[in-house]
Amino acid sequence: MATQDIIARSATTTPSPSVRQTDEVAKLIDTTVCIGCKACQVACSEWNDLRDEVGDNVGVYDNPTDLTADSWTVMRFDEHETSEGDLEWLIRKDGCMHCEDPGCLKACPSPGAIVKYDNGIVDFDQDKCIGCGYCITGCPFDVPRISQKDNKAYKCTLCSDRVSVGLEPACVKTCPTGAIVFGTKDDMKEHANWRIQDLKGRGYENAGLYDPPGVGGTHVMYVLHHADKPQLYSDLPRDPAISPLVGAWKGVAKPLAMLAMAATAAAGFFHYIRIGPNRVSKEDEAAVEQDSAQAGSNSPEAGGKSDEQ
Amino acid sequence: MNSNQNQDLQRYNANERSNHWAVALLFVMAALSGLALFHPALFWMTNLFGGGPWTRILHPFIGVAMMLFFLGLAFRFAGRNRFKAHDRQWLSQWRDMISNREENLPRIGKYNAGQKLLFWVLVVSMLALLFSGIVIWREYFSGFFGIGVIRFASLLHAVAAFVLISSIIVHIYAAIWVKGSVGAMTSGKVSRAWARKHHALWYDEVRKNQR
Repeated sequence: MATQDIIARSATTTPSPSVRQTDEVAKLIDTTVCIGCKACQVACSEWNDLRDEVGDNVGVYDNPTDLTADSWTVMRFDEHETSEGDLEWLIRKDGCMHCEDPGCLKACPSPGAIVKYDNGIVDFDQDKCIGCGYCITGCPFDVPRISQKDNKAYKCTLCSDRVSVGLEPACVKTCPTGAIVFGTKDDMKEHANWRIQDLKGRGYENAGLYDPPGVGGTHVMYVLHHADKPQLYSDLPRDPAISPLVGAWKGVAKPLAMLAMAATAAAGFFHYIRIGPNRVSKEDEAAVEQDSAQAGSNSPEAGGKSDEQ
Repeated sequence: MNSNQNQDLQRYNANERSNHWAVALLFVMAALSGLALFHPALFWMTNLFGGGPWTRILHPFIGVAMMLFFLGLAFRFAGRNRFKAHDRQWLSQWRDMISNREENLPRIGKYNAGQKLLFWVLVVSMLALLFSGIVIWREYFSGFFGIGVIRFASLLHAVAAFVLISSIIVHIYAAIWVKGSVGAMTSGKVSRAWARKHHALWYDEVRKNQR
């Protein structure tokens, strides 16, 4: 990806280069076709040269049990009992959603440590990452992880290195059932529509596309059998958005606080110019001498009371 | 007339002054490193602390050190900063104060109502900064808190820091504006005329004790 393709940059208040327009891309994950083989996890680890520590079996198929700085995608398995008493195995490949309005990028304090390319990919530049973890605070999907080794934040890059040379992401390349597809966002929506029609014809009335508008849509989308209840899929948020607390902290608070602090200092400066310093006057000094003289014979309180003269 | 009667008055002893300046220096470091991470326009200030990661590493430790020294200061000065009946009257006449018509104001003790207000605002904002700061200290503590708490603490930390920094701007300006005040925290002494003009009841009290 060339630098002129960066259209949003963390901790940057002026517009990023936006002359060149390329097509928005998206990865479509069809949960209804996924068999939970974890080939995508392996491909991710292979392509990115990551070897997470071997963990423990916790009694379910989830392995590793959560995203880590070395595991940028994990399959989450949910056993769902339908109203008819049937069992459905809902498997969701979790990872960065590449939001159109990324909460991580909004929260990041380090200029350029998080960028969004004009094809929609949100990428971390670990060289500029300071390790504060604000990206975790900002993310509506709980995706970024800080590495214990280097205190840098990591997550799925949507294989930006592969995409920039015309290849599809490693997970897409490897998926044996075609559950993961990649292309322009428009094409992926069309592909999803065709899948959803098919699912509806098979009795999945609530089948639908997960492309949540609260974050401006995402560049990783899901086809769900139960699009009305995304939370069935290991707590996929129903209506994700950047938290209003993060919005206030990283939005209005920044310019307002800066302005108010500058105004406070300016108020002091102009108070000094207009009204001037508060000095001890000759009369005050004379009064003190009078107090002292009286103190020779009288009590100090007598002197103190002549304050208003 | 006895010569003792013309000497400057002791306002702060060496321990009080050292404590104040320890807090002040740590405050400047905490504020600069914190502001560097607060607004992109100030990110360059991370260079003062050895770069972005070092700023992130140092800021919380500086903050904790400031808090420890501030607690010492707060315990030293809390007694003198209790609000009294005349403080309400003093506050209602704030216009006289900022217009340098101090003679119209009620006679007050070691601290005026504005200073007392500042003291308690500092106490509250420092405590808010400590607790919210622990929650957002990713390396050691954030793992113990839910995401909602972390988000709230992030906003609270910024708001409390804003209140603290603004208050300190006022505090510093007041020291520049009211001539003769800075010496109270450097040499520890103020002139008798200064004490009589700005803190008449304290002036009486010190003189009484000197007899």
